[in-house]
Amino acid sequence: MSRPDLLERRAVVSGIGQSDVGRRLGRSDLDLTVDACLQAIADAGLQRDDIDGLATFPGAGVGTGGFAGPSSPEVQDALRLKLNWHDGGLEGPGQLRAVFAACLAVAAGLARHVLVYRTVTESTAQGEGGRQGIGGGGGGASSRGVPRFSGFLQWTIPYGAVSAVNWIAWIAQRRMHEFGLTREQLAQIALNGRRNAARNPKAIYRDPLTLQDYLDVRMISTPLCLYDCDAPCDGSTAVVVSHADYAPDTPRPALHVNAIGTAIRGRPSWDQFDDMTTFAARDAAASMWARTELRPSDVDVAELYDGFSILTMVWLEEMGLCPKGESGPFVEGGARIALDGAVPLNTSGGQLSAGRLHGFGMLHEACLQLRGDGGERQVPGSPEVAAVAAGGGPIAGCMLLTRGPAS
Amino acid sequence: MNAPGDAPAAFAPGPVLRLLPRLDDANRFFWTSGEDGRLRFLRCHGCAMYVHPPVPRCPYCLDGPLVPEPVSGRGVVHSYTVNHQQWIPGSAPYIIGLVTIAEQEDVRLTTNIVDCGPEDLYVGMPVAVTFERSEDVWLPLFRPVELPPR
Repeated sequence: MSRPDLLERRAVVSGIGQSDVGRRLGRSDLDLTVDACLQAIADAGLQRDDIDGLATFPGAGVGTGGFAGPSSPEVQDALRLKLNWHDGGLEGPGQLRAVFAACLAVAAGLARHVLVYRTVTESTAQGEGGRQGIGGGGGGASSRGVPRFSGFLQWTIPYGAVSAVNWIAWIAQRRMHEFGLTREQLAQIALNGRRNAARNPKAIYRDPLTLQDYLDVRMISTPLCLYDCDAPCDGSTAVVVSHADYAPDTPRPALHVNAIGTAIRGRPSWDQFDDMTTFAARDAAASMWARTELRPSDVDVAELYDGFSILTMVWLEEMGLCPKGESGPFVEGGARIALDGAVPLNTSGGQLSAGRLHGFGMLHEACLQLRGDGGERQVPGSPEVAAVAAGGGPIAGCMLLTRGPAS
Repeated sequence: MNAPGDAPAAFAPGPVLRLLPRLDDANRFFWTSGEDGRLRFLRCHGCAMYVHPPVPRCPYCLDGPLVPEPVSGRGVVHSYTVNHQQWIPGSAPYIIGLVTIAEQEDVRLTTNIVDCGPEDLYVGMPVAVTFERSEDVWLPLFRPVELPPR
């Protein structure tokens, strides 16, 4: 069915690239970004001068150390790009917002080949100091010289709810109450990731992980333990989003954007959103499925954001890959989500084991799988449709990628 | 930080250091409301809805004036977590609750649940407000209103 109204279908992922990924690589964010970008440009069969668009999430100056990566002006200058369109920013439908913006830019004719990157150096930035909460000053100071907080953080920080893990733990606890979710079920997301990571030479954690290891490890914020939290890393991922009419000319198969999901219909807030068991994944997924003739049963491989394990459970349900409230029983034993299962899930190891590449790792892996370049972790049967989702809580975006154009 | 099997750690009412909100004309009524022991929210005099966090105009009817009004201070635990990670060094584990106020389902507060151990806490637990003063701020905390079912 031809759907000229779906502008994202005029876009393809023509090339992909990824820098070294690791713990404390000690390299600058710009250094890693240039590696990823040059790989993606070459992979697309393009030259630097062919790139006329640039986009990133979130852009510089956001979050704690190593979170943001280099700004788009820095990358433009480092590669001496001549741009017809450029974009960077935090607000929008999750980490993939930069990819969605690039799709619409090529569809609108504002650019032909858009380089899109996401870079993290959180491992190097955190050093030996451990993970940080979401800090940042709110301006003003108390009589003791301790900073005070405005905006959303004023409602959470006084209570020691200083990290996304605290807010996301509420999701898991609420799901235990509403759906009877168990820790043993939640563990399957971590265990599945670790099994797949053993087949990914770039993964951060590749040693076997058992259910007992999971149950024994320390709590971070109940019911979430250490293995429910993703692994900060250093690394950069880049893709080239091109106009679909370039697809016949790519050296490697171009991957077609079938539909993007961008909606948020509840209150955009970690503590006021109406349905704590779904958050905005509900709306993003619904808006995506409304833009395609594909069905959840067509999905051959699913790369669903696992910044925290519970978020993958939410996405599994909201993407329609299992019934509402039943992601716990669905993942039990791990067979259904294994590489040879009904819904091969987070095939690189996900962020829990392969590293917190912040959504772009999911996109990169989906492209590898659709091209048949998954190596030891390739999903059998030549997958044709991949579901990619990124974000958690009020931050959510998702997309469907296909090996061929929509028929 | 305790692994399962270790002796239970002492629980605290909150983090060892209370980082505080910066008071301004929009939020001062809320953060100082506990001075007389009552919890207040903005309420629309047009459509009678409670509004939180504070905004300049009623987001429901987009019309009526918003005025701080006391509420019962009763609520229900919508969800909770026991934080173990020492974001603020020296903190014992503490409970971060999300409480829905009795008056309106879509008004929630992030808070600490006090006078209650994690073993007695449950989603749906009825709670009541209590205040902890820190400098010029009265932080609304919540405690159980009845003994939990055994």
